[in-house]
Amino acid sequence: MTEPLLRVTDLTKAFGGLIAIDHLSLDIAAGEIHAVIGPNGAGKTTFIAQLSGALRSDSGTIRFDGVDITNFPIARRARHGLARSFQITSIFRDFSVEDNVALAIQAHAGHSFRFWRAARSDPALRRPAREALERIGLVERRNVLAGALAHGEQRQLELAMALATKPSLLLLDEPAAGMGATETSAMVTLLAGLKGDVAILLVEHDMDTVFALADRISVLVGGRAMATGTPAQIRDDPAVRQAYLGEEA
Amino acid sequence: MMRFNLRIVCTASLVLALALFPVILEGQSFYIGVLSRAMILSIAALSLNLILGYGNMISFGHAAYIGIGAYTVGIFAYYEIYDGFIQWPVGLAVSAAVALIFGAISLRTKGVYFIMITLALTQMLYFLGVSVDEYGADDGLVIDIRSEFGGYVDLENRVTLYYTIFVILLATIAGMHRLINSRFGMVIRGSRSNEARMRALGYPVDRYKLTAFVIAGVICGLAGLLLGNYTNFVNPDMMHWTRSGELIFMVVLGGMGSVFGPVFGAIAFLLLEEFLSDLTVHWQIIFGPFLILVVLFARGGIDSLLGRGGRGHD
Repeated sequence: MTEPLLRVTDLTKAFGGLIAIDHLSLDIAAGEIHAVIGPNGAGKTTFIAQLSGALRSDSGTIRFDGVDITNFPIARRARHGLARSFQITSIFRDFSVEDNVALAIQAHAGHSFRFWRAARSDPALRRPAREALERIGLVERRNVLAGALAHGEQRQLELAMALATKPSLLLLDEPAAGMGATETSAMVTLLAGLKGDVAILLVEHDMDTVFALADRISVLVGGRAMATGTPAQIRDDPAVRQAYLGEEA
Repeated sequence: MMRFNLRIVCTASLVLALALFPVILEGQSFYIGVLSRAMILSIAALSLNLILGYGNMISFGHAAYIGIGAYTVGIFAYYEIYDGFIQWPVGLAVSAAVALIFGAISLRTKGVYFIMITLALTQMLYFLGVSVDEYGADDGLVIDIRSEFGGYVDLENRVTLYYTIFVILLATIAGMHRLINSRFGMVIRGSRSNEARMRALGYPVDRYKLTAFVIAGVICGLAGLLLGNYTNFVNPDMMHWTRSGELIFMVVLGGMGSVFGPVFGAIAFLLLEEFLSDLTVHWQIIFGPFLILVVLFARGGIDSLLGRGGRGHD
């Protein structure tokens, strides 16, 4: 059997006496949307931080695309094809929308020790930036300062930036956070359109979004995966219903 | 559109004025001297602006490289080696090496710690200068003969020296403009805007920042080489932390993160210094509040008064 795109084995992270992630193991296949749900404090954001490299793990391994990336710094993981969006929007507010995406593309177009040619008129950066914005539906707004975009548009921009790096795995931490109903459904349509192209690890509170998108769902409680399965399996799992979904029903 | 033109007009007039001053002020060597110094410090301020304005690295030790450049000329002259083709490459190489070491140390920290470490490292150089008796300690060295360039350029002639500085200043401005708008420049500016995002996109930010730090050091070293030649003299005071502070003043006064701003800042700084110190020896009593007003009410410095449009930091 071939190795999955991402294989997390026995990952652990403790903050002092508090064990946030407790020997967590989880696989993500290429192209699948894998949702991670769980009550507040279950360790979802910690887990994303460990995967992206923002947090060091105490023990365990992360293999990604056949490589052990456990000790890679953030930038190196990103260059390997691991992109993330942030729970709190993280964009270049004083850059134009197109500049934001162009910077993302530039990050994966070789090194940037190029000191002379103007980057803003470089078609190798601008054309794919324009395409990414078209795909995400922001092309009309490309010359606006990113900081001046509406909240929902900023989330879209963030996604466009993550996609522009042509990742094989996208870590999305609550992509629809703070969005209205229309914006959320636009985001869901957008993410659904990515299914198969790029694997997505989705952390999301909104159960409708999760069940609409996910191929598989892992339920995180107390830093452990208490269940992993298809949306139907998770919905019918009595332990999950009691521990988590039950609270909402 | 009107305001946009105002900036171009001001910039062009300043460049034109600098180009023509030696002709207009023929014989008035005092003003040629003031402007020579202003242009040298413009080059230094331009280099500081790369890391301070565009990279958000608040280096409080940038005068180190002025000192290195000037001391290179001074020490070579002390050993009676006047060849600029030896002095200048060595001065630039030493500036690069010191900037690489200082940058590698200080870029491990952020914010106030970065300020303090750059300050401390430069003060070390200052005290080194003060303590080496061979090179004049406190009193410094007299540079009896300026750098010689095999008879091509005679820097002993004040006007030739003036135009040499002028040409290097123009080249620095043009080079800085290219640099800021290149891929490298976009990385530096992106890191200023949102460093965490840059890392998440896959940029090894520290390497780029260190490179910018070294480039800034080398350009400032060049300003130091010119300053040593201009003053015929070098002493540790050139590296004192107050000198680094003045360079920051110039950048802030002229406008952080605009290519031409530091030139306005340096020239305005020196003219104010000359003008106010004619009025009173306590000229800093007037200058200090003035700077505070600039920071409070014209945050983009002189450059913003000329209108900078909505884009910011371009």
